[in-house]
Amino acid sequence: MSLRYEAIVVGAGPAGITAAYELARRGRDVLLLERGPYPGSKNVMGGILYTYPLREIIPGFWEKAPLERPILEQRYMLLDDDGHLAFAFRDPSWADPPNAFSVLRAKFDQWYAAQAVAQGALLINETTATEVIVNDGRVVGVRVDRPEGEVFADVVILADGANSLLAKQLGFHKEWHPEEVALAVMEVLSLSKDKIEARFNVGDGEGVSIEMLGEATLGLPGMAWLYTNKESLSIGVGVTLSSLREARMKPYELLERLKSHPTVARLIEGGKPEEYLAHLIPEGGYRAIPKLAGHGVLVAGDAAQFVNAVHREGSNFAILSGKLAAEIVDEALKLGDTSENVLIRYRDLIMQGVIGSDLKKYADTIPLIEKNPLYLKHYSPRLHGAVRELFTVDGVPKKEKQKRMIEHLTAERGKLGAARDVWRLGRAIW
Amino acid sequence: MASKIEEKLYLTRFQAAEQSHLTVIDHDICLTKCEEKWCTHFCPTDVYRWEGTRMHVGYEGCVECGSCRIGCPYGNIHWVYPEGGKGVVYRLA
Repeated sequence: MSLRYEAIVVGAGPAGITAAYELARRGRDVLLLERGPYPGSKNVMGGILYTYPLREIIPGFWEKAPLERPILEQRYMLLDDDGHLAFAFRDPSWADPPNAFSVLRAKFDQWYAAQAVAQGALLINETTATEVIVNDGRVVGVRVDRPEGEVFADVVILADGANSLLAKQLGFHKEWHPEEVALAVMEVLSLSKDKIEARFNVGDGEGVSIEMLGEATLGLPGMAWLYTNKESLSIGVGVTLSSLREARMKPYELLERLKSHPTVARLIEGGKPEEYLAHLIPEGGYRAIPKLAGHGVLVAGDAAQFVNAVHREGSNFAILSGKLAAEIVDEALKLGDTSENVLIRYRDLIMQGVIGSDLKKYADTIPLIEKNPLYLKHYSPRLHGAVRELFTVDGVPKKEKQKRMIEHLTAERGKLGAARDVWRLGRAIW
Repeated sequence: MASKIEEKLYLTRFQAAEQSHLTVIDHDICLTKCEEKWCTHFCPTDVYRWEGTRMHVGYEGCVECGSCRIGCPYGNIHWVYPEGGKGVVYRLA
């Protein structure tokens, strides 16, 4: 390992690999550091990878990459005690060009990192970056736990994931608050291809994603999911750390309760647990975005809180931010000026683009739900009750049923209170 | 079904380091200030176990999520990544 590079990227996840790939493609001398034995060995996500923007970096990547199933149908379920209220959207046009795939990250990240290496990036595994080296107010390299000790570069891209320890060291953000992160736990359950396709009503190789709310999280602010892989299912649940702590629940108990819910239990029946995983999801949103650029340094991906929790988007933002970081770093290197004055363009591109726009749009959603647990705890069973009222045929005229539905939905909150709740949620989402 | 945490952890691969990457900064805080022993509730792999007078830290089963560092109301957990190559090694997702 030489000791000087044009750029060092810390962390081989979607953001870091993309940044390394794009810099290497431009002929830049780039070092990609990964603390695990291989890229993906520390990385976790629910499992949906949107093809945009990766398809602009590696056109048609799905023909080569180790992916699971193209997602042709998205289902949403509001779980009640033992039933559910569901919505599904299927569109065969999502097959070509594909919109999203389920993926298993340990496989996918290794493949993606290998593409960066093929472009000329140097990947060094089993190396933890313990500290950013700052000299005269500018970042000049990182300290690593290897005999070489220190590596230097014109620019360091921090893509070190949800904990974002290095950006914190630089003072780019304070320690995350428990409200700003969701603790997600997940299991991969092996199940035969035939069973998956019959059970989820899909054709050969096709996939479904299911997001679950309500009883799925015991009404805690968060979401649960069930995704189809080739010959396995990924099932998990994530809730804000603050609410989990307050509820004095063990996260794996939430997962077990989810797995035993009648609706879910039938879908996963016979699935053999293969791996248990846990990870933080940065869900602080717009207001939690840290300082993104400094002298000789940029922050990308989860480390920068680039997650849209409402739409389960994260890896796509990671890839996009890694791509933008590489573009700006390349420009700065051309100019021979990697100071904050030039690198700050990265922040502009992020904020003016889809990441900034979407995070700003949902800036109030998570805080509102976090501060008002009634949205999930109170309204979820109420909504279930109202729909049951509507669909149960028992001689009660529909006019009366509508009245009862309103009563269900406004119970304990009053009509005005309920109207206010809906208005506030609508404003935070729409 | 792997419903107990021991069964779950059996599924996950670890490459244990010789030294703990997790340190309780002041054991007195756990003993005298933290009645709830919060970390013993929310840690996804039950790394923390209260042993009457002292917090036992089973760092070998840590999946490095970071929840304890952020979730300890007293900021009493010093948390760094394990040395390169050590710690949890996910094989699948």
